Amino acid sequence: MLLEYIAIAVMIAVATLIAFIAIGLGELLGPKKKSEAKSMPYESGMNPYGEGTRRMPVRFYLVAVLFILFDIEVVFFLPWAIVFRQLGIFGLIEMIIFIVILLVGYVYAWKKGALEWE
Amino acid sequence: MDWTFWLEWVLKGFVLCLVLLTGFAYLTYYERRALARMQNRIGPNRAGPQGLLQPIADAVKLFFKEELTPARAYKIVFFLAPIVTVVPSLIIAAVIPWGTSFQLFGRTITLYVADINVGVLYLMSIASIAVYGIVLAGWSSNNKYAMLGGMRSSAQMISYELALGLSFVTAILLANSMRMIDIVNAQSSWWFVVIQPVGALIFWIATLAEVNRAPFDMPEAEQELTAGYHAEYSGMKFALFFMAEYQKMIVICAILATLFFGGYLGPFVDKFWFLGPVYMFAKVFILLFFMIWVRATWPRIRYDRLMSFGWKVLVPLALAVVFITATGILLAQELNNQLYFWAIPFVSIVAAGIAVMMIYRELRRKAYERA
Repeated sequence: MLLEYIAIAVMIAVATLIAFIAIGLGELLGPKKKSEAKSMPYESGMNPYGEGTRRMPVRFYLVAVLFILFDIEVVFFLPWAIVFRQLGIFGLIEMIIFIVILLVGYVYAWKKGALEWE
Repeated sequence: MDWTFWLEWVLKGFVLCLVLLTGFAYLTYYERRALARMQNRIGPNRAGPQGLLQPIADAVKLFFKEELTPARAYKIVFFLAPIVTVVPSLIIAAVIPWGTSFQLFGRTITLYVADINVGVLYLMSIASIAVYGIVLAGWSSNNKYAMLGGMRSSAQMISYELALGLSFVTAILLANSMRMIDIVNAQSSWWFVVIQPVGALIFWIATLAEVNRAPFDMPEAEQELTAGYHAEYSGMKFALFFMAEYQKMIVICAILATLFFGGYLGPFVDKFWFLGPVYMFAKVFILLFFMIWVRATWPRIRYDRLMSFGWKVLVPLALAVVFITATGILLAQELNNQLYFWAIPFVSIVAAGIAVMMIYRELRRKAYERA
């Protein structure tokens, strides 16, 4: 089984190599005429002002936090999905209790407006 | 372990990468031709017979374009972001089985790179890694459009990943294994799309958002963000983002075919090994056509609706579908009655119908409130 992971590692190396070769060829073959205007940040032809990386709405952060919560829930589903035939009805009820607890948080987030984008 | 192992791995990885690269090149051609036909145009038909050499012409042109790095960009991250994006889109294909196996020089060559027992988990984790490249590209460009595109893209991808993960779970429930080969073999009598059509539909919708395709292509909304996270990229670096996006389309159609449409299974596949890849390619080809069709048909949806659709509709519906599937299988097993098992598709479709009705009523109510 471990051998299979080495195969994946080999594939990662091959894929990285291909990406580097593509960029390298582009750097090698393309023209290199630098100019002031070319290296300015693109802002639809207007003179750029201020930093590009500025403060972002907090909603993106909220979505990320909620994602971590629910993605871990999905990960907990996976082992259960493998053995749920052996666990039977008991396992199903346990899983429903687990989800109900999480759903309370989900409903709270919904009612608090964490899922709203005006 | 001898050198032939290494040779086999390197060759397989290389061949798979080449197949995906060629697939990417011809997918662009396929999309342009299909879109053109739907819009009553002809599409590219000048380079070579029927325009078949157009992708090669495009690639050569991109090689000879200048690579620009904006003066204010964070140089190292800016350089690495396209690589971080393209590598996951290539290696995610490693666990997808394209067929059974064949004999060559007395060795059994399997038609997949790796057969790991947590195949689905591997798919989920690599799909998550793909977000990094995009958000790093947006941030390192130091450009307002790119930053917004990257943020939007990452928020959208992680939101739809929940529904995606839950529809993976439905396939695992039905197959009782996370190995891709087992999942394919479990579908030898019935494809999972017959037993769980709603799970397949959720998977498909979530993947449209995951690969930033229309109607969920907000990160690249031309009218407001010019190009989104790759606004500052040019030449081959831009091509790598483009490549990653189209390869993800191919790979995701291959995953959908494997999980819900029987993978490489088809008539006579156990007699002739070469039929496996043929069936797989045919299924991927048809599923890709649906993706292109969606792009030609539906307008882009608003970002707030996109996020509420993901969080408020797809996640609860996917949860319901998981529990409907599990309950059906368990009842059929405990009470020894296959009727419960075949109730799964009908109950799931009813659940999906209720969801659609609730969206419809909500939208009607909103329309009244505005008026």
